[in-house]
Amino acid sequence: MVGKNCFAIASDRRLGVQLQTIATDFQRVFKIHDKLYIGLSGLGTDAQTLYQRLVFRHKLYQLREERDMKPETFASLVSAILYEKRFGPYFCQPVIAGLGEDNKPFICTMDCIGAKELAKDFVVSGTASESLYGACESMYKPNMEPEELFETVSQALMSSVDRDCLSGWGGYVLIV
Amino acid sequence: MTGSMDLPTKGGFNFDLCKRNANLEMKGLKLPGFLKTGTTIVGLVFQDGVVLGADTRATEGPIVADKNCEKIHFMAPNIYCCGAGTAADTEAVTDMVSSQLQLHRYATGRESRVVTALTLLKSHLFKYQGHVSAALVLGGVDCTGPHLHTVYPHGSTDTLPFATMGSGSLAAMSVFESQYKEGLTREEGIQLVTAAIRGGIFNDLGSGSNVDVCVITKGKTEYLRNHELPNPRTYVSSKGYSFTKGQTEVLYTKITLLKQKVEVTEGGDAMEE
Repeated sequence: MVGKNCFAIASDRRLGVQLQTIATDFQRVFKIHDKLYIGLSGLGTDAQTLYQRLVFRHKLYQLREERDMKPETFASLVSAILYEKRFGPYFCQPVIAGLGEDNKPFICTMDCIGAKELAKDFVVSGTASESLYGACESMYKPNMEPEELFETVSQALMSSVDRDCLSGWGGYVLIV
Repeated sequence: MTGSMDLPTKGGFNFDLCKRNANLEMKGLKLPGFLKTGTTIVGLVFQDGVVLGADTRATEGPIVADKNCEKIHFMAPNIYCCGAGTAADTEAVTDMVSSQLQLHRYATGRESRVVTALTLLKSHLFKYQGHVSAALVLGGVDCTGPHLHTVYPHGSTDTLPFATMGSGSLAAMSVFESQYKEGLTREEGIQLVTAAIRGGIFNDLGSGSNVDVCVITKGKTEYLRNHELPNPRTYVSSKGYSFTKGQTEVLYTKITLLKQKVEVTEGGDAMEE
């Protein structure tokens, strides 16, 4: 979710195999660089593999260009990597959030084959995405300060995962 | 695992995970749905050029994933393409052909022709036998005049004076069939296109939100993004939700200061002599 010169990215903490819970502290939001984070929902193994691939590509980019990747560029990179597997996709829907030029927040989400969806307010993905759309749509306000953004994102996440059996056990929220 | 290092790829599709995905699906894992662009896309030829129109809703099953997505893609300064079908496919195919057209422009030194874009698109789609699910309305004005074509996912094409594609194509086509005539002016063309898209928006469940219009004439292209907003958001609560600080129970907080990035510039003296 976008705030005033900041963004928040949040995920729940449950890892499960259909209805059985395997872990209650699974990390789904990963850091690419200080101002760029990616959250990966869906199959746990694909999320970790995809994250490792992306960090690899970003490190190569840093060595070549001697700077961090811009969020828009990173989104195109993720889209290309996912589309390459069009006919045998990763079971993953990423949510990308970063601060671009002049610390302008950038968020986007993709489906599992890389169709980018940019938004100016909020993006959601995962098993509780339908509830999240509703919660964020009503709780979002433009230009929120980091403190208020944290409360809004947490409440939206908690209320939506409460209505979904496959998500839960609290949440991780990162505000940048 | 030798041979599977993630080198910069040569391009094209990679089928590594197909066998694994088939096994997972047998075990009961459902593939998450793709983002589709339900859609109403239209194009028509008027006296000075081509007008393209599209709605702006992107759906994921029955849910609206994006209320304001862009379905009119850039191919060349004088050629634009509307896309319906699987969103990733339309975006990837139009981006790919757009880059190929740019390289072709550099090689030939001439403005791109609509038939070039058409042939590139249809040969790519035919190669993948319809599995790349992109239905396109391609329109543009080049040195031979205004052109409008439709491209189907299996690679067949039609050349028409007015065309519609997508789930709302029947609603839009009914508007065109009753009101289209040769030699429309620019204003009449834009009005007819918006009427057709509105027909799609209000009568088709897969299309909705706003109307995008693109007018292409010889030497000038105007992309009217959100030309009409017939579905404004009127249910906003003026109070909104306000959460007091501390309402959410926090287990632990960790604050990491971002590293300062310092730019070191070499002293100027080193360059002299």
